[in-house]
Amino acid sequence: MTIPADLKYTKSHEWARLEADGSVTVGITHHAQDLLGDMVFVENPVLGRKLTQGEECAVVESVKAASDVYAPIAGEVIAANADVEGAPEAINQDAYAAWMFKLKPDNAADLGSLLDAAAYQAIVDSEAH
Amino acid sequence: MLKQTPLNAAHRTAGAKMVDFGGWDMPLHYGSQLEEHHKVRNDSGMFDVSHMQVVDLAGAGSRDFLKQMMANNVDKLTLRGKALYSCMLNEQGGVIDDLIIYFMREDWFRIVVNAGTADKDLAWMEAQRAKLAPTLTLTPRRDLAMIAVQGPNARAKLWAAMPGSQEISANLKPFQATEMGTMFIARTGYTGEDGFEVMVPAKAAPFLWQTLLEQGVAPIGLGARDTLRLEAGMNLYGQDMDETVSPLESGLAWTVDLTSPRDFIGKQALTSQPVARQLAGLLLLDKGVLRSHQKVITAHGEGEITSGGFGPTLNQSIALARIPTAVATGTTVQVEIRGKLLNAQVVRYPFVRNGKACYKNA
Repeated sequence: MTIPADLKYTKSHEWARLEADGSVTVGITHHAQDLLGDMVFVENPVLGRKLTQGEECAVVESVKAASDVYAPIAGEVIAANADVEGAPEAINQDAYAAWMFKLKPDNAADLGSLLDAAAYQAIVDSEAH
Repeated sequence: MLKQTPLNAAHRTAGAKMVDFGGWDMPLHYGSQLEEHHKVRNDSGMFDVSHMQVVDLAGAGSRDFLKQMMANNVDKLTLRGKALYSCMLNEQGGVIDDLIIYFMREDWFRIVVNAGTADKDLAWMEAQRAKLAPTLTLTPRRDLAMIAVQGPNARAKLWAAMPGSQEISANLKPFQATEMGTMFIARTGYTGEDGFEVMVPAKAAPFLWQTLLEQGVAPIGLGARDTLRLEAGMNLYGQDMDETVSPLESGLAWTVDLTSPRDFIGKQALTSQPVARQLAGLLLLDKGVLRSHQKVITAHGEGEITSGGFGPTLNQSIALARIPTAVATGTTVQVEIRGKLLNAQVVRYPFVRNGKACYKNA
């Protein structure tokens, strides 16, 4: 699967998308779900929680293992995707559609500190070797 | 350099995700561990278990040697081809390995041990043989490959794949084996489903694999092997038991012969130690996934999950846990997961047999 060019990425395999309303939607990448395998459990952060950049804030569990999800940027949790909590396999089916939570960023400019698609692709490629 | 089974190329052709499994290059899954799990429960699947070690014990007096070596009593093996599950203990009563012993002739027993412990087992068996029964021979059979075919349709599909195999194996009872030419067919397995474990010369393995594929038997990786065996309530060496724990505290009392006057290595240690812990099943009542090494909190003290995971057949998380013997079946206990306490019910395992939930919570 190609890595969408319109998203930002972290080294820890989260993706982030700046929405028109200024919020930032967060999920895990296709590469991450491929490494983890069949998803069976998602625990999102509670609404209103204030996150710092890089903070552990959610958990995805596959049949194989549990994995922490980190906040790509600082902000307040303003939405959690109940659909994906009820059907974690949606992440396996389309990791870029199955978002996990939305943040109201402290500073949208923080997105600039994240990786673009090409830089993230390089990380995926390096992990493949 | 990772060790490879004779089916390595076949796994790659089938699109397997390969992983380092105790020094072996093995398939984790072929796309979806969950789909593979369900395929075995509902139809049929096959596992490359060639990394396990087959050892042939030969010579007059083989039975007497095994009676000294094994915690289970090989005198239960009276019928040719009959298999026995047993632990092999050290002097302290800890489990060196769990294994299957097939009785073929009085001068030939076939033993199958775990892959990860094979070197250690062979060294131990060889040392004991030299001491107790120097006329016997122990032959590691790396020339054999092993394929487990499991599931409600497994036997019928193997019969369709291998002309002549039905006649020879249709009357095998569970835990019994027979030979067909160079094939060794055992009605055993590690999934809680019916099926066979078939040993063949290594160079014949890719052909058998291919013919089974053509019958619609799905290749199944180590991932699903683990969820299937956990649902089936079968112990995994290194997790649910090891050299530091007695089989009596590992849910294996049923395999330890303490009734016959026979002495065996580790017996004295077992009879002189109190049994304070039991291996129990846990069913997670809250949302989440139980994993090994999580702490279990009970009214009678703490315990630990030895094997935990998601049970795809039950669509719920399950675990085996070593907990105080005083904790009764049906009790609710707490499991600490990432700092939170989640509720789990103590149940009697196995969780699943023949495709259906079968645990007891009273």
